[in-house]
Amino acid sequence: MSTRKPAIEIKALYKIYGGNPKVKLDRLRSGACGPDKGSGFVALNNINMTIETGKIFVVMGLSGSGKSTLLRCINRLIDPTAGQIVVNGQDVTIAGKKELRQIRSSMIGMVFQHFALLPHMSVIDNVAFGLRVAGVGRKERRERAGKALELVGLSGWDNRKPSNLSGGMRQRVGLARALVMDTPVLLMDEPFSALDPLIREEMQQELLRLQSTLNKTIVFVTHDPNEAAMIGDRIAILLKGEVVQEGQPIDIVLSPASDYVRDFVRGIDVFKVLSAGQVMDAVCPPMELANKPISEWTKHLSKDFVKLAPDDLIAPYLDELAKEQRALIVVQNDGTPVGTVTPKSVLRALAAHSSLSGSTPKMEKPKAADTTRANAAAERATQ
Amino acid sequence: MDFSEFAGTVATSIDDFTTYLSAHFGLVFDSISTVILGIQQPLATLMTSAPALLIITTVMVGGVLLGRLSLAILSGCGLAFIFVMNLWAPAMVTLSLVLTAAVVALAIGIPIGILIAESKRLNAVAEPILDFMQTMPPFVLLVPAVFFFGVGTVPGIVATIFFAMPLPIRLTAHGLKMVEPEMVEAGEAFGASRLAVLFLIKLPLAFRSIMAGVNQCVMMSLSMVIIASMIGAGGLGDEIIRSISRLQVGRGVEAGLAVVVLAILIDRITRRISEKVDPTA
Ligand SMILES: Nc1ncnc2c1ncn2[C@@H]1O[C@H](COP(=O)(O)OP(=O)(O)O)[C@@H](O)[C@H]1O
Ligand SMILES: [Mg+2]
Repeated sequence: MSTRKPAIEIKALYKIYGGNPKVKLDRLRSGACGPDKGSGFVALNNINMTIETGKIFVVMGLSGSGKSTLLRCINRLIDPTAGQIVVNGQDVTIAGKKELRQIRSSMIGMVFQHFALLPHMSVIDNVAFGLRVAGVGRKERRERAGKALELVGLSGWDNRKPSNLSGGMRQRVGLARALVMDTPVLLMDEPFSALDPLIREEMQQELLRLQSTLNKTIVFVTHDPNEAAMIGDRIAILLKGEVVQEGQPIDIVLSPASDYVRDFVRGIDVFKVLSAGQVMDAVCPPMELANKPISEWTKHLSKDFVKLAPDDLIAPYLDELAKEQRALIVVQNDGTPVGTVTPKSVLRALAAHSSLSGSTPKMEKPKAADTTRANAAAERATQ
Repeated sequence: MDFSEFAGTVATSIDDFTTYLSAHFGLVFDSISTVILGIQQPLATLMTSAPALLIITTVMVGGVLLGRLSLAILSGCGLAFIFVMNLWAPAMVTLSLVLTAAVVALAIGIPIGILIAESKRLNAVAEPILDFMQTMPPFVLLVPAVFFFGVGTVPGIVATIFFAMPLPIRLTAHGLKMVEPEMVEAGEAFGASRLAVLFLIKLPLAFRSIMAGVNQCVMMSLSMVIIASMIGAGGLGDEIIRSISRLQVGRGVEAGLAVVVLAILIDRITRRISEKVDPTA
């Protein structure tokens, strides 16, 4: 499989529920009427996206924005009204029944929000379900299902019923059921939303851990901005069936395209996405040192330094930054220094993100209590 | 005004119609009779000729195997009561009628229920028919049964089948339609065909509803089989009708109690079986 070919390409995808979809579609395309006019509900309105192989592509949006519909169009659990979806070179929108079953079992796995485990089957039978309907023999499917369970850390639970498992464990089974099929593409519809916050984070880490070795193309639906920022290589934000912004997490966080997106990303802990490359000051290094190798650079530095790659998150170095004892230097893969990170440069990046930026509040005298606290802090610092 | 002449004309034309049907479709009715008697006769012979003690013991052992000692004791006492009341033979005939009618009703009803759940069009056709069947008072069902099959065991069983079939059809369809869409989606998402989804996901998950239909079907068969004694179906109902016509209240109560005992036993046993084999438990 060539890695640079996109795994999933979605072109001009529409889904209209109810009414007369074909008529509505024509009007919508010709611009004769808006999506809200007339009968029929436009759940997806001219969606175009390219999803790269081996990446986690997050689809985010409020409830009802069409995320699940979009995801289900990819494996045709829902038939789109118009448009094309190409998965690994195969057009799923024109696939016949048999072909579709083949595509689903060999190319596209799925994980559900409420797990959707079959309550009447044991854990291992649940995991082996896809293999069973694909006609894999009992012995082989047990073996493969066992391995998949091991992968998600659930070996030994084979013969339990799903009802005996906790939410987190159930979703691990859900994950194993998708992984066992060995499909290059994985669709995940709010897979961790139904879990407790702690378990949710654990599962996010688990997914990233698995992804680092499996390298699947994952389409991940969520309404949680922090989850999106944490696991997404790219994020598309959906509003009323339309993509309002698509890009890397940091781009969306730092330059939201609309108030809707801004509201969405406000909740994101910006330090989860802020990388050295984004907050560095490229102008800061003296002109004569630009484009010189780092060894040249460091000679001129008065203090010790820390080397960062542009993609490194800045969060772990904040402490270092506050101490101002060592310089933070951003160095490209080839060894060329490209900038430095300073408290000022970080602040500037944060200002761009802050929803309050632009409207500078009036200067106010600190209140008495604040002053004393500040003084006390200052005293402590000088001691 | 007097409409008796008009009513007479209608009755005559219905008579003509049924005569026509029996004349031209006699083969159909004959084969239905053959099938029904082919099940009921050997069953009745077996149950009446087997020693009562053997049957009582078998049922009790069954109760123990189903994991309910109370069920075993209840069955033992109930059947012993019937035996002591000297109602054993008619009770066994009644049971054979009930089992025959219920088995046929289920064999037809459950597949129809599945078809209805799977096809909106069939559902639209079946819905009014089922409504009609369910609003029919049981007594009225005896009339067409007698038309086509005369009097005796066969029309009794046919009427019973019609009476007992709508509910299992409805409950089967209901159970299948109630399966969570996410379960079906999960199956489809992993490449299951429609049949695979039906047999591996929908039917097991609809099991409870289907078994409720089975239970109701058997219970309704029992009540109908008693009524069908009016047209000579035989069994405990005969005892009741005879005692009523002879004003033997005591004997009538005994026979009535025997029916109640059978009803309770059938209900408990079918429930326990469905609990025991429930795949979703
Ligand atoms: N089968 C359906 N028929 C009619 N409307 C539907 C159907 N499924 C979803 N919708 C509507 O489409 C919109 C998008 O639904 P969905 O894709 O489930 O949103 P999300 O997953 O983002 O919450 C919702 O407003 C929903 O009411
Ligand atoms: Mg959804």
